[in-house]
Amino acid sequence: MSAEILFEPSPRRAFWSGFRLGVPVVVASAPFAILFGAIAAQNGLSVGEAVLMSATIYGGASQMVGLELFGQKVAPWLVVFSIFAVNFRHILYSAAVGRRIRHWPLWQKAVGFFFLVDPQYAETERKGEAGEPVGFVWYMGMALPIYVFWIVESGIGAAFGALIPDTHAIGLDFLLPIYFLGLVMSFRARPLWLPVVLASSAASILAYAFVGSPWHVSIGAAAGILLAAAMPLADANGPAGPESDNTGPLP
Amino acid sequence: MSTTVWIILAGAAMTYLTRVGGHLVLSQFQRIHPRVQAGLDAVPAAVLTTLFAPALFNAGWPELAAMIVAGLVALRGGLMAMFTTGAAVLIAGRYLIG
Repeated sequence: MSAEILFEPSPRRAFWSGFRLGVPVVVASAPFAILFGAIAAQNGLSVGEAVLMSATIYGGASQMVGLELFGQKVAPWLVVFSIFAVNFRHILYSAAVGRRIRHWPLWQKAVGFFFLVDPQYAETERKGEAGEPVGFVWYMGMALPIYVFWIVESGIGAAFGALIPDTHAIGLDFLLPIYFLGLVMSFRARPLWLPVVLASSAASILAYAFVGSPWHVSIGAAAGILLAAAMPLADANGPAGPESDNTGPLP
Repeated sequence: MSTTVWIILAGAAMTYLTRVGGHLVLSQFQRIHPRVQAGLDAVPAAVLTTLFAPALFNAGWPELAAMIVAGLVALRGGLMAMFTTGAAVLIAGRYLIG
């Protein structure tokens, strides 16, 4: 027996230590959950559908993308594909976090990955890098408050959003583009960010004018991704996990 | 069930796939080809850009002003600060210009 065995805190202490990390995320994501609900209601979703979206997709940016496309009456598969594309970064989080939770039983892994939103990834990586054990109880202690409040606040936003009389005056129709701009800005530390944004902007504007919505999404995205893949390669960054992008504390 | 509910459930399934998929698939490879890696890195910015660029192109003055101010605030502050400032500029602009 080695004296080096890592000390496992009691489940109760582990849960509350995770919970404490979840509280600031709950506070910061509240306005966006309410905004999501309000815009969902404006785009014709029922309170139940908005809540279902928050409870099953549980990814702020992709839920907003879904709403944007629901509003334009585009083909269902394209809405699903766009949600998938926006959440694609989770593949990198998943590969990184998978190394930290090898000791979890299968069912705990299956549950845990569902809750792998940006702040959850960031805190799990931080804990793992500090050499502390990443336990399931600690992980869920952080995940559960964020998840529960995200759902409840979406419902409140949806119930309240249908009552807003003049949506143009309070800018509700243009809040999503501002929000998406903010998300794009939060990725600006990534390599080739500016060329990708410029290529995708130009291609999506041209596609919007000459091909029509919703094709500007796939054509514009393809332009940026192909440009990034075709650019001269920089030096490899070594085996480090993906940086958590500065998307702020949002699910 | 309505189409909307089906889209939501399919979107949820695809999202879950991204959250388990990295662990199941990506961890099997010792190394990802750098060009694939560069393409993957570009995905979020490329997709999200297409969701506001056409709106910017067709926007009026209040919308343009809101986006420019929000973009500048984002260089310094967090998502929350840029969003509230942008919304404030937009509402003020629409109130003044209509």
